Amino acid sequence: MKLHEYQSKQLFSKYGVPIPKGRVAATASEAKQIAEELGGRVVIKSQVLVGGRGKAGGIKVAKDPNEAETLATHILAMTIKGLPVRKVLVDEAADIAQEIYLGITNDRAAKKPIIMASAAGGVDIEEVAATTPEKIVKIHVDPLLGLRDYQARDIAAFIDLPRDYWRDFGRIANGLWQAYLANDATLAEINPLVITRDKRLVALDGKMLIDDNALFRHSDLAEMRDLDEEAPAETEARKYGLSFIKLDGNIGCMVNGAGLAMTSMDILKLFGGEPANFLDIGGGAGAEKVAAAMRIILSDPNVKAVLYNIFGGITRCDEVARGILAAMEEVKPKVPMVVRLVGTNAEEGRQLLADANMITAETLADAAQKAVAAAQAA
Amino acid sequence: MSILVNKDTRLLVQGITGNEGLFHTTQMVAYGTNVVAGVTPGKGGEWVLEGKVPVFDSVKIAVDATEANAAVIFVPARFAPDAMFEAADAGIPLIVCITEGIPVQDMMRVRNYLDQKKVRLVGPNCPGLLTPGEAKVGIIPGNIAIPGNVGVVSRSGTLTYEVLYAMKNVGMGASTCVGIGGDPVNGTNFIDVLQMFEHDPQTEKVVMIGEIGGTDEEKAAEFIANKMTKPVVSFIAGQTAPPGKRMGHAGAIIEGGAGTASDKIAALTAAGVRVAKHPEEIPSLLK
Repeated sequence: MKLHEYQSKQLFSKYGVPIPKGRVAATASEAKQIAEELGGRVVIKSQVLVGGRGKAGGIKVAKDPNEAETLATHILAMTIKGLPVRKVLVDEAADIAQEIYLGITNDRAAKKPIIMASAAGGVDIEEVAATTPEKIVKIHVDPLLGLRDYQARDIAAFIDLPRDYWRDFGRIANGLWQAYLANDATLAEINPLVITRDKRLVALDGKMLIDDNALFRHSDLAEMRDLDEEAPAETEARKYGLSFIKLDGNIGCMVNGAGLAMTSMDILKLFGGEPANFLDIGGGAGAEKVAAAMRIILSDPNVKAVLYNIFGGITRCDEVARGILAAMEEVKPKVPMVVRLVGTNAEEGRQLLADANMITAETLADAAQKAVAAAQAA
Repeated sequence: MSILVNKDTRLLVQGITGNEGLFHTTQMVAYGTNVVAGVTPGKGGEWVLEGKVPVFDSVKIAVDATEANAAVIFVPARFAPDAMFEAADAGIPLIVCITEGIPVQDMMRVRNYLDQKKVRLVGPNCPGLLTPGEAKVGIIPGNIAIPGNVGVVSRSGTLTYEVLYAMKNVGMGASTCVGIGGDPVNGTNFIDVLQMFEHDPQTEKVVMIGEIGGTDEEKAAEFIANKMTKPVVSFIAGQTAPPGKRMGHAGAIIEGGAGTASDKIAALTAAGVRVAKHPEEIPSLLK
């Protein structure tokens, strides 16, 4: 789950990372009011969950409250990479002397957290990593020990941070580590961390990604999820514990197991079709979950055919068949459906669907070809 | 021969009295696996499966009483890290964690701790192990595979079933099937299993089923090219997956341009691995 900049910075601030004064606004008049409270120059920053906001014109500096209102009006009307801007963050503007990058993420290959820093901050760090990797320092953190003070000093020395700032930098690095740890982040990033002309370190921008698997112990974070920023079908799917991702094709897919769901998409493409979604109903899905999955698939007007590929293990094919029948009763689908049931209780499942007017298939390849043909004929 | 599990496996089930634990213990026993003990804190002294399997309060007590040498974990995600620490501290050398949805920071702590203990962890978020005709540890349906000389290793569950089933349909059997799981941080990777298959006399050929995310397949390709004499056939899932989206498995995500199916297929092909276009093509590539 992605957090907005303003949410990430508020979390960082809780762990002692200095952030600029500012608040989030949903209207231009609110933005003006915040600018009046802050006094002086302010930055108006669009809050959308994509990178490259600055390049897209979604971040502007205003010299006074009136300009803040004008710029906020403009930014709140923008759409950045397909996402409409619904909120802006109004922050006091900083006089920047230097920009630093500081981030913590998981290194899956090393099975350890990794803290990274660079004196070349403020730009896309992946670009720095690709073009001038020698400008980035990376240090693994032992997950059983946590970030040690000496590691923060090693980083400060590598990025040539003047010694006057080391103590504050150590506090910030430790604060970022605590924010990462306490919130089960998979990424906690400050870019840029700036040195101001009046010699302070401030986190001007913040980004956090939260491990979806850990949300069970972070109800406060789960509530921060911005439902405006995702497809409504994905929100609905999450309610039922379904793993769903909308795609651009016209063949709906319902599969048990993530690997098999990806494979079903791939094989449709191999035979000339285009999947409309990724959908994993998970292990042991009952009839109710299957019915919900079917409603979600059919709510996409692009869908011209549906492929059901179920390999019963923990999942029982007869349960899935009952779910399909229940959902058909309710949704009354008009598109052709191809069903393949293999494994646990497959025979019972097939018998239940015998009168349901569905196209049946034996193998995965057969099922995919039939689904592609059905979608093309529609 | 086979790898990791066989007739001598003395299995302990953590979370044996839960719904999933009990269901799959029944299945494992019916398959012929020697399940010697179960653990559910607070239920020590009870018996399950009509008095066949004793339940203990802790793994340590169970190991002392039954000499269990492998553990399979069916406890919910919030308790699973503790279950893995407990099994490792009780001296169990092989731990198979079926549980899905464990936070990655927990898994990093588990993995770094277990590495100090020289314990083999398989999973989490995996279907477990199956040595056809000998033992099944986990949830792979027993009837979809027959004994044979093909070693199978996979990051996915039901996709593995497809492959085993397609092999069985043409009379091709497996030495051992190892589900290593779909999480970004796990216990056993492709190279660990490829190495075991390379040394296992029963295994003559290997099937490796990968998916998008991470670089384990690329590293495996390097290992195959330099260290393996046995032929390897592969399939990589997620060729049509969009970047930045987690495709069900926590580990199946294309991040920062890395982890794409095409990179993995290219690396494997360069290592001399024949990569199937779809899973049902695998048996013909093995011939």
